[in-house]
Amino acid sequence: MTASAAIVEPEPLAPRRRSRALAHLLQNPVALFGAALVAFFVGVALLAPVLPIPGPAETDWSAVRKPPSAAHWLGTDEIGRDVLSRMIWGAQASLLAGVVSVAIALGLGIPLGVMAGYRRGWTDAVISRVTEALLATPFLILAIALAAFLGPSLRNAMIAIGLSAMPIFIRIARGQTLQVMTEDYVESARAIGLAHGAIVWRYVLPNIFPPLLVQATLTVATAIIAEASLSFLGLGQQPPAPSWGSMLNTAKAFLEQAPWMALWPGIAIFLVVLGFNLLGDGLRDAFDPRES
Amino acid sequence: MLSFIGRRILIAIPTILLISVFVFFMQKLLPGDPVLALAGEDRNPEILAFLREKYRLNDPLYVQYFSWIGKALTGDLGISLRTQQPVLTLIAQKLPVTIQLAVMALAIAIMIGVPAGILSAYRKGTWIDWLANILALSGLSVPNFWLGIMLILLVSVRLGWLPASGYQPFTDDPLQSIRTMLMPAFVLGTGLAAALMRHTRSAMLGVLKSDYVRTARAKGLSEGTVVVKHALRNALVPIVTVVTLLFGELLAGAVLTEQIFTIPGFGKLVVDAVFNRDYAVVQGIVLSTAVAFIAMNILADALYRVLNPRMRDS
Repeated sequence: MTASAAIVEPEPLAPRRRSRALAHLLQNPVALFGAALVAFFVGVALLAPVLPIPGPAETDWSAVRKPPSAAHWLGTDEIGRDVLSRMIWGAQASLLAGVVSVAIALGLGIPLGVMAGYRRGWTDAVISRVTEALLATPFLILAIALAAFLGPSLRNAMIAIGLSAMPIFIRIARGQTLQVMTEDYVESARAIGLAHGAIVWRYVLPNIFPPLLVQATLTVATAIIAEASLSFLGLGQQPPAPSWGSMLNTAKAFLEQAPWMALWPGIAIFLVVLGFNLLGDGLRDAFDPRES
Repeated sequence: MLSFIGRRILIAIPTILLISVFVFFMQKLLPGDPVLALAGEDRNPEILAFLREKYRLNDPLYVQYFSWIGKALTGDLGISLRTQQPVLTLIAQKLPVTIQLAVMALAIAIMIGVPAGILSAYRKGTWIDWLANILALSGLSVPNFWLGIMLILLVSVRLGWLPASGYQPFTDDPLQSIRTMLMPAFVLGTGLAAALMRHTRSAMLGVLKSDYVRTARAKGLSEGTVVVKHALRNALVPIVTVVTLLFGELLAGAVLTEQIFTIPGFGKLVVDAVFNRDYAVVQGIVLSTAVAFIAMNILADALYRVLNPRMRDS
């Protein structure tokens, strides 16, 4: 038997750590409450097409700006559309914006961050400088500028938010990769001549996953507020398609006559963002109990 | 210390140049022709050609970039297509408004966030800690533009206590100026108060467990002296740097807050410029914001070294 054949492929620590974190998370009632809030809104958004509610663009001219009633539980808006229906359909836009933006940020941020941390040298220098430059511009100002340049639409708002959120993921992925690269199991994997791709896939990615998951959960919350902000400014979802931000934009003009138009979308944004924040905090505690 | 700051400034130069490249090319890709927006109804080809020549829009992009960055380095950020005023003048006019808003918001955030954080850490695990945490997380989760709308509805429309919008320069009428800014500053300060509370709590928890706090208690000092003189003084080090770093959030938050309360500040300038396709103003704003943000980062690092003697020699 040769010396190299005696080396057993190292066992990454990630799976054990993940199951311990899951057990910790399941014992955290606050995080579970956050998860329940998120699940509720996701369920409502998915069930929108089958729920017995009027269409979100359906107008009833005999019920313009009517307060909550048995016929319209959350009231109607300035052209007689059912606020509850628009809220439910708006949930789709908000959640989609949150998740897609973060997917864009992760999809671009992880490869760039891992590449910087793994390759080091000039690759790291270039990626790090670009990341610093992007991080130096406040998130929302960057998102507004990008959304303006791409043109106002939900899709472009998601791209703008995703690109603005990307640098934080590059930074975390890079930092974590640098740390993982010094671990014995990566050293062993390199020593037995495993290909770079295999090392990244089997050892780097599973071990940098926890902090990225925590950040992703918290960033969904930020992205939902950012989408609502852009739609509020008229740079996101365009009328007549509903979104919580654009509903608030319209509601501002009818504050005295129909305050319920502004009340419900704001409460919905607050609850879903709170849900993601509680879940994110819970995940952080679960993966790193020292922080709690 | 001076060599430390000098080194940090040198490191920041390539970052600022990179930002200038992003900002310049991003704005050049904006949809729509700025000259058409500027000419308004008058689509006379000669006038359009004259305007393109005047604003050097016919030059190759890299020529436009070097010309722009060269002037920007001397403080010339161009002329607003919309108002025909120098961008720097526009920023200088609007900035004091936003600075007043930001300072008031920060004061509110510190007044709420720091005591709440201290109390929460001191009473860790009790209902006070629990309540402070819930409030902080709620503060971080509430969209500030919605909070603004709700406060206008309650405080201005229903109760008539404070004006819903408008702005009074501080130098003209300080009392009225504070009255008009109070609600926007509270709205802007809520999220910051929440962030500050969490940072203060975390810093205090670390300090309260330290040996010198235990020693101070063993010496028989009163709890107030231990918490304020020994614990808080050391916990303040990270808190001060966090406050400096919150500057970016303040500026971004001001965009929406100023929009809701119709405050003619920096944030409103951003939104108006974006909707008017006023390239020069958007470029100038993003660039100056980024430079200010980097400067605040350097200041935060410098403050950290001043406040933390152990860092000074490293």
